[in-house]
Amino acid sequence: PADTFHNLQELRHSASLATKVFIQRDYSDSTICKFQTKFPAELDSRIERSLFEETVKTLNCYYGEAEKIGGQSYLEGCLACATAYIIFLCMETRYEKILKKISMYIQEQNEKIYAPRGLLLTDPIERGMRVVSFANTWDVFLSVGTTLKELCTIYKL
Amino acid sequence: MSAVMITRKVTRKWEKLPGKNTFCCDGRVMMGRQKGVFYLTLFLIVGTCSLFFAFECPYLAVHLSPAIPVFAVLLFVFVMAMLLRTSFSDPGVLPRALPEEANFIEMEIEAANGNVMAGQRPPPRIKNVQINNQIVKLKYCYTCKIFRPPRASHCSICDNCVDRFDHHCPWVGNCVGKRNYRYFYLFTLSLSLLTIYIFAFNIVHVVLRSVDSGFVNTIKETPGTVLEVLVCFFTLWSVVGLTGFHTYLISLNQTTNEDIKGSWSGKNRVQNPYSHKSIIKNCCEVLCSPTYPSVLDRRGVMLEDLSSPTPSDASAASTHQSSNPVSQTTKSSAPLIPNEHTPDEAKPGIGSGTQKSTSSPKEEKPPSPTSPNAVAPAVIKESSH
Repeated sequence: PADTFHNLQELRHSASLATKVFIQRDYSDSTICKFQTKFPAELDSRIERSLFEETVKTLNCYYGEAEKIGGQSYLEGCLACATAYIIFLCMETRYEKILKKISMYIQEQNEKIYAPRGLLLTDPIERGMRVVSFANTWDVFLSVGTTLKELCTIYKL
Repeated sequence: MSAVMITRKVTRKWEKLPGKNTFCCDGRVMMGRQKGVFYLTLFLIVGTCSLFFAFECPYLAVHLSPAIPVFAVLLFVFVMAMLLRTSFSDPGVLPRALPEEANFIEMEIEAANGNVMAGQRPPPRIKNVQINNQIVKLKYCYTCKIFRPPRASHCSICDNCVDRFDHHCPWVGNCVGKRNYRYFYLFTLSLSLLTIYIFAFNIVHVVLRSVDSGFVNTIKETPGTVLEVLVCFFTLWSVVGLTGFHTYLISLNQTTNEDIKGSWSGKNRVQNPYSHKSIIKNCCEVLCSPTYPSVLDRRGVMLEDLSSPTPSDASAASTHQSSNPVSQTTKSSAPLIPNEHTPDEAKPGIGSGTQKSTSSPKEEKPPSPTSPNAVAPAVIKESSH
């Protein structure tokens, strides 16, 4: 039991170090919201590079579309200004609409691609649009499983 | 269990937000800490306009045109709307890093700095990024534990990092940042117009009335005029000046903070990488760009722990799932799992840690398919009660 406990501790410790990977913002195009497409080494064995890059590039496209300064944003801005921005109390802005699309896309990606590989992609809006994080879900199950196992051994169930 | 849920008060995220902001209306309104000067601003605007509507407008509507008070009302409503929008909205506060993100950044910094000799000061935490072919330095914020994005700055009054930080304005009682800069600018612009308007029509009114009844009688009949002229006279210089200054900043796509620090001035310094080199493009970007949403989620419901789900669990589950499971397991099983957040423990393994992380998932793979299927459903079922 002491050996198993020690091994479990080690396993949990090494698993916990790899719990989350953070993809930082790419500021090369000024302050628009864009994430780095560089493939992190920690995900090397977990997911194919092409899938990861496609996810991040699609996210970048969505954000680029949301922040585009063009005809629609002028129209929205002028209309809102003319109504002293009171219209924003009842209307959803274009950015908010695209954010909803993004969270649906992330959910879809998680279900189709990342959950089967034991990863969980978090929506950047939850981190202040600073990072896209990949969480190791197997670590969660492992922690829970090993905790229960230890409790069983302690109480001799 | 259901009886407990009914009596339990729902905790919203704004109640637990760090920083020195004041919140009202259950998180819908967000302001800075000191509100005294904001009340003064409100009092001055509402007071002066009330005097104008009471004393000048009846006379001017009859003798000149009813459009004059109508336009004054519209302008007043616009000014108030802009002021309240500036004061009550989130200026673009950047949320602080959660422990995992903070530790990830710490590990990155330590890996970049290498070993520091005992007694020596560690090098300043700065990241260099290239924006539009210029090198911009990103500073590390020790309070928020993040590298501040370009143009963000930490406001000491509100104790928050604010994106595209302009300045903290005591007159509106809030920081002016990315999200509310255009409202602030429109407020100063419309207030300038309102002040000029009231000032001008006060003069017109006094002149017209003096022609009929004489100057002294006019002042006796409408004593409010004197007060209004005084307030408008002093307000004019400051507000019009401020509007002019911000118009200049907008045309160059600069913030007050950058202007004060002299970030882009001087020959040896970097030129402003955010400017589009065209006044019209700069104005369009600052005033007509899409309105950014708040990343704070003030009214989101705080999920206390797995054993006591709130009614909004189902709807919030998709957004909170990611942050919940990992933090909850570490909280509930704290005595058993060694402290995984100490950088000292992680230090020797930074080189080996990345190796371990690549090897351990392979080790994990064989046991996990069997255990989570057995364990996870049991855990999830319990929490749904």
